[in-house]
Amino acid sequence: MRRPLALVLAAVALCSCNATHAAEDSQDFSQIEKGRYLTIVSDCAACHTQKDSDQAFAGGRPIATPFGTLLASNVTPDRDTGIGAWTDDEFVNALTKGTGRHGAHLYPAMPYNYLTKLSRDDALAIRAYLKSVPPVSHQVTANQLPFPFDIRLSMVAWNALFFTPGTFRPTEGKSDEWNRGAFLVEGPMHCGACHTPKNFLGGTETSKALQGDKLEGWLAPNITNDFQRGLGHWSPDEIVAYLKTGHTALAAASGPMGEEVALSSSRMTDGDLHAIATYLKDQPGQEQPLLAAPPANVTKAGAAIYADECSACHGPKGTSVPGLSPGLAGSSSVQSTDPTTLVHVVLQGTRSVATDAAPTAPAMPSFGWLLDDDQVAAVTTYVRNAWGNAAPAVAAKDVARARGRNP
Amino acid sequence: MSRKLPPKDVVIIGLGWTGSILAQEMTDQGLDVVAIERGPWRDTASDFPPSYSPDELRYRLRHELFLRPAQASLTFRNNLDQTALPVRTWGAFMLGNGAGGAGVHWNAETWRFAPNDFQMKSHLTQRYGAKFLPEDMTIQDWGIRYDELEPHYDRFEYLCGTSGTAGNLNGTIQDGGNPFEGPRSRPYPTPAQKQPFSHTLFAEAARKLGYKPFPQPSGNLSQAYTNPLGVSMGPCTYCGFCEWFGCANYSKATPQTTILPVLLRKPNFEARMECEVTRINLAPDGKRATGVTYVDSSGEEWEQPAELVLLCAFQLFNVQLLLLSGIGSPYDPKTGQGQIGRNFSHQTVSTATGFFDNTKFNFNPFIASGSIGMCIDEFNGDNFDHGPLGFVGGGYMGQVQSNGRPIETAVQLPPGTPAWGAKWKQATKDNYLSTVYAGTGVHGSCASYRTNYLDLDPTWKDRFGRPLLRMTMDLHENELKMSAFLTNKYAEIIKAMGASQVAPQPRKGPYDITKYQTSHLCGGAVMGTDPSNSALNKYLQSWDVPNLFVMGASAFPQNAGYNPTNTVAALAYWSAAAIRTQYLKNPGRLIDA
Repeated sequence: MRRPLALVLAAVALCSCNATHAAEDSQDFSQIEKGRYLTIVSDCAACHTQKDSDQAFAGGRPIATPFGTLLASNVTPDRDTGIGAWTDDEFVNALTKGTGRHGAHLYPAMPYNYLTKLSRDDALAIRAYLKSVPPVSHQVTANQLPFPFDIRLSMVAWNALFFTPGTFRPTEGKSDEWNRGAFLVEGPMHCGACHTPKNFLGGTETSKALQGDKLEGWLAPNITNDFQRGLGHWSPDEIVAYLKTGHTALAAASGPMGEEVALSSSRMTDGDLHAIATYLKDQPGQEQPLLAAPPANVTKAGAAIYADECSACHGPKGTSVPGLSPGLAGSSSVQSTDPTTLVHVVLQGTRSVATDAAPTAPAMPSFGWLLDDDQVAAVTTYVRNAWGNAAPAVAAKDVARARGRNP
Repeated sequence: MSRKLPPKDVVIIGLGWTGSILAQEMTDQGLDVVAIERGPWRDTASDFPPSYSPDELRYRLRHELFLRPAQASLTFRNNLDQTALPVRTWGAFMLGNGAGGAGVHWNAETWRFAPNDFQMKSHLTQRYGAKFLPEDMTIQDWGIRYDELEPHYDRFEYLCGTSGTAGNLNGTIQDGGNPFEGPRSRPYPTPAQKQPFSHTLFAEAARKLGYKPFPQPSGNLSQAYTNPLGVSMGPCTYCGFCEWFGCANYSKATPQTTILPVLLRKPNFEARMECEVTRINLAPDGKRATGVTYVDSSGEEWEQPAELVLLCAFQLFNVQLLLLSGIGSPYDPKTGQGQIGRNFSHQTVSTATGFFDNTKFNFNPFIASGSIGMCIDEFNGDNFDHGPLGFVGGGYMGQVQSNGRPIETAVQLPPGTPAWGAKWKQATKDNYLSTVYAGTGVHGSCASYRTNYLDLDPTWKDRFGRPLLRMTMDLHENELKMSAFLTNKYAEIIKAMGASQVAPQPRKGPYDITKYQTSHLCGGAVMGTDPSNSALNKYLQSWDVPNLFVMGASAFPQNAGYNPTNTVAALAYWSAAAIRTQYLKNPGRLIDA
């Protein structure tokens, strides 16, 4: 039976009245509600709740990093295996300074370098909410890294190089909305964790903030206002619709971003989504010249493959079917300099996210079994350069690499 | 020995169209619902993607999407004097399987029945006199009126985004639509599909002969559509792979493209796939269903208790489960007593193939959809005077050719063509693009008769050791006369299109279980007003077991000259509304009789 969420929360809050571990201030409904919203904004569940598990925040989900695998910790109020025995200071420090209990250093897979923008009040609100969820006894050994990365002390040096602690400070001269957007994007939403390039040590390349980075076989695209590969052609309303529903005429959220939309942004307030759009639209893009057209023979082969395999859903001219197949003409993802996402989707297919506002979750089938490397290269090059699109040609060896083969 | 599961509010048997509709309605009501489906989960992108779904051999000839006869079959005979034998490969009809049921492979023709179809017996008796009907014809009224069903037809059409041209808006006849249809409260949600050359030519010829042609109402959408549940569909690409196939690009209305995405997000809905219900369990007094027993894919048997049981399987299997569960009394053709298995019927389809001069006509049959077509309704139901003709019933007819698929299309050759060799090859080449072959050009009704019925076979058993269903079915003089008349009228139109040769193929007896006709089986657990000749009341509630509702065409007392899905779905919405507004407030018989 469906109940309004507020009622469920009220019930949870009432239950925790009797719990011995609950501190006085964490009984406050508005505090818990604020914390609940901040855990959604911060997308805590994406890592701390196992996929398809009904044990919220019990940890154990593997997080792949370039240095090895980490397991997300149990953050339920269980005293032995969760964070029930932690003091408020320990919790706030973990969130905003990356120091675990008894001073141990966390790995930045936990985005403390973003959560540091939270105020102490914000952090305590999250604490209050996490105290209200059912405790789950689930021992997680977070550190699965190989030597030498398993030495937590190494994070002292990493922090010195790449971590700037400090609560969010509004930029003067910018609107309240802009500053709210800046707080969300640079703070709890930790957009840069995926969308900002990393150096070889996993540190953030701050000079290229939000300009796109690869992860899990996808490209987390440029989300600056760059006209060629970023959000330059997106209106603020389209950004809001994308974050809220997962779908616009030119984009469908899937892969890691689909998960973000499902768990986080689709459940945020419209006001916050508009603030994010305002802030992102104000991030300058990089200037790069448009590229020359690809060789004519590749385009011709690609056009033929497109007509046979793609046009049924994407139309003969790459136009959108609302809510179903995103348009390819004018798509920033299709024209991204790095074709990782496009090649990934053609080879493996993908299912777009389902949200309450757009429940269809249409999927693109896999073509990896049907098309060889040359054919995938030809058709992707074609869609990247047809109907006014312009982007570098995709090479067969890029496709081979995406299949996990050495070309 | 079955293991007992925690009880649910509602158990639904079968997750096709009616199961999906009822699950949506019952979960909206806040009830905890489990659907048990014997087939697999089916999903557009993973099960019939555009890269391989247009595979005629795999889907059309090898029945990829259908139930396997080894899993469940039936036995067949034409009359009481014969011994029935098991069906080992599907022929006269196809049986859907898995999520979406037959709603995955249908052509999506989305017709409403005509108002007087629901009062067939009383209407015909009044107009022609009781003696006009054959003595062994057992047609009867449905117990429901068209105007009661209209809002529910409307609901299903708007769920599906049906493409069509209204012929009767609130009683005002509209140009370009079917002037014989019952009044509809608003236009179709999307405009009619565009029509290919031969379909357009049929309409022109029909118009010249004085008929009023109109586009067939289609669940293959003319344009993109987002339904009231928020689910989006794409425009049809006229690929011609609809019936027998899953639609690869979200253009055909199916449970997958209209309801299931919403249902799957609900915490109070659960689907158990590849689980076959073997019995509806009854309380010791036999007056209450306590739930169902089912077997999962590993052979494990489970009991699922529930407050409300909704039987949503295909028509044949609804009847079989009722018989196997001892609900109602089995029909006996000798005495005419009993309700379960009574008034089984099918449909009387026929066609006339037109061969045209290929130097003047290139119809390009590849451009089509499952429910494309231009039709006329002058010879359906009682839209024409049957008095001088000596039969009742009728059907719509039209150029409804739905494909140019090679294996089916290549064999349509002028009578007298050799079946192989150089002349066959030449004739195939000459005729392929210039033949009008609608397959089911005439979509005739089929009345019900005393000796057309379903019961349990005395000999043959299924894999669980349960008796197979036995079908006793033949075509009667009334239907053969009707088919001859309608097919002749149809051939006249094909001729008027400019065909150089027309080959009429009226339906001939005996009923042939091996040749495809339609999958529109009906009856066997019919609705009505009298518990002595119906299994269900007008809300599809079992007279005998009030917490059991039986959906589907098994409730039709006889078949009309239209495709049944829209009526099946409208009845499901109608029944769901009765459950929500009446039954749940006061669980018990909704009608005393």
